[in-house]
Amino acid sequence: MNRAKRAAIVMAVIGVLILIALIFSLNSGQVRLSPSDVWQTLIGRGTAGEALILFDFRLPRIVISLLVGAGFAVSGCILQGTTRNALAEPGILGINAGAGLAVILYISFYPVQTVAPVYLLPAIALIGAGLTAAAIYLLAYQKQGDVSPSRLLIVGIAVAAGISAAMLVLTIRLDPAQYQFVSIWLAGSIWGSNWKFVTALLPWIVILIPAAFMKARVLNMFALGDLQATGLGTRVRKERIGLLAMAVGLAGACVAVGGGIAFVGLIGPHLARRLVGPQHQHALPASALIGALLLIVADTIARIALKSGEIPTGVVVAVIGAPYFLFLLARAKN
Amino acid sequence: MNSKLNGRSDKRTDPLAAMLIVLIGGFLLLLFGIAVSISVGAVKISLDTVWQALVHFDPGQNQHLVVKDLRLPRALAGAVTGASFSVAGAVMQGMTRNPLADSGLLGLNAGAGLVLALCLALAPGLPYSQVLALSFAGAALGAGLVYGISSMARGGMTPLRLTVAGAAVSSLLLALSEGVALLFRIGQDLAFWYAGGLAGTQWMQVRWALPCAVAGLAAAVWYAKPLTLMSMGDEVATGLGQKTGRVRAVCTLAVLVLAGTAVSLAGPVAFIGLIIPHVARILVGTDYRFVIPCSAMIGSLLMVYADIAGRMVRPPYETPIGALIAIIGVPVFLIMARTEKKVF
Repeated sequence: MNRAKRAAIVMAVIGVLILIALIFSLNSGQVRLSPSDVWQTLIGRGTAGEALILFDFRLPRIVISLLVGAGFAVSGCILQGTTRNALAEPGILGINAGAGLAVILYISFYPVQTVAPVYLLPAIALIGAGLTAAAIYLLAYQKQGDVSPSRLLIVGIAVAAGISAAMLVLTIRLDPAQYQFVSIWLAGSIWGSNWKFVTALLPWIVILIPAAFMKARVLNMFALGDLQATGLGTRVRKERIGLLAMAVGLAGACVAVGGGIAFVGLIGPHLARRLVGPQHQHALPASALIGALLLIVADTIARIALKSGEIPTGVVVAVIGAPYFLFLLARAKN
Repeated sequence: MNSKLNGRSDKRTDPLAAMLIVLIGGFLLLLFGIAVSISVGAVKISLDTVWQALVHFDPGQNQHLVVKDLRLPRALAGAVTGASFSVAGAVMQGMTRNPLADSGLLGLNAGAGLVLALCLALAPGLPYSQVLALSFAGAALGAGLVYGISSMARGGMTPLRLTVAGAAVSSLLLALSEGVALLFRIGQDLAFWYAGGLAGTQWMQVRWALPCAVAGLAAAVWYAKPLTLMSMGDEVATGLGQKTGRVRAVCTLAVLVLAGTAVSLAGPVAFIGLIIPHVARILVGTDYRFVIPCSAMIGSLLMVYADIAGRMVRPPYETPIGALIAIIGVPVFLIMARTEKKVF
């Protein structure tokens, strides 16, 4: 079977799985709605209460999980491609932590319930993520050899540890109500079950994911190594910085709305490459779909596992993702 | 590992003399630090009163009670945890020949942290002796995961792989602790503890922790010579007749006890165990018979003084020690990651 056909089939299957997960997710939660109730409500024949649950609580949360999952996974796919490091991921690299720190700084000065900050949050997270990524890049930079992938990883881990310490200091000073909010958000909860958050997140996803798809060929070049890519006419340094900026933008926006969800950016691209091959034309969209599927499943599990909904999605993702990450690490060659 | 730095210091100074200078000078600084630590805080107590409280304790005097029941255990806990974290780091660095080994980075702290979160959530009244034992088990869990996974990798355990596995295991265990904390609504209590700090240390804790730490330190000193051989590589050690299996078992046990004790007292403070052994090696060379005592002394100093600094940054609030040490630790780590060319 040729690759393109195989990729199309794989993506169609994942699409169907997402649809199934979607229906399942719509049905589950504190108030159970049967599939027929859901359907009736969707076409406008449900009760006011069902409409409220579905349209105002469940649907936005589901849409956000899908967008955040896709965003993180594409971000991870870009990072892995540009650094040629299979373990690169916004969470491990400290970009999530940087975005988180910026958001916490903001929240500790302004209340979160007001309208305006909702739209500002992704932008603020983006600034935090961008500054952190720039710092990591500069710290890992060497005159000869540009940026070594393993150095990037090590520097990222150290920077993440430092930022986590700073965040801890900030969260301790918060009052209990703010603290509860911040801690749930930090642990990676899809807390923005609100259409405002969808509209705040959507532009970033809609612009950056297709932009990444258009760079698929460049990413393929990176896989050959910097020298080869330069030989084939790629402006390696410029393209790398552009792609890293995209990855950071996606991760920053996703952290702002979804919290610090790690491992999606790692697992999504890995599974994608295993299923559709390393060509980024296929791997990028497949990553997006797998990321979306992963997060909607994790979010549904989080909701079912505890009716009160207090297990954040990020914890579920970490419980699924970390063992997989470690499995990859154990199998990885130098 | 550090041949450049050590080669230089080996030639210039006699390591034994250097160690004696560090230990004697360090001891005097430590006594001074403990005295200052007892005298500063919400109530300022003059050094004179501190001395009176220690030699002529009078239970009728409030200040004497503050010294005896609050300040003294806290200062001692600082010294104990500093020494424990540092020696745990030194032993790990020697055993794994990984210059970036540290109980915080390799999952031991996170493992102990998870177990302590579970204790806080499920059995809040558990006696400290049992909490301590459980925190050893937690440290073992974290270490086991990290070492197990990175040694399964094809091509063996490299420092990079170990560090990356440590980061992944830590984030898994932290996520689980966060889940527990949110579920049982003990988040902010746990955050205080996670941030690292010695506020509220009680005598009862010190009484249990001190013997454990001393046992761990003694084991490390006792096995310092074989550890030095192991730090040169397993072939060298085996060639010189060392039973590497036994050395590794004893050293691992010592590390778990030391890290578990320190975490249960002060919270998961990272970077001490990473930096202090490097400082010690710069001062006394690569022989662990000198590195371990020096690490213990310098670690105690760092922790006691960091605890004082944490209280003085923004009184009456306390700045968590973990954060203060991270502020020093992250740049040092980065410099090391940049200069250790062989490793990366």
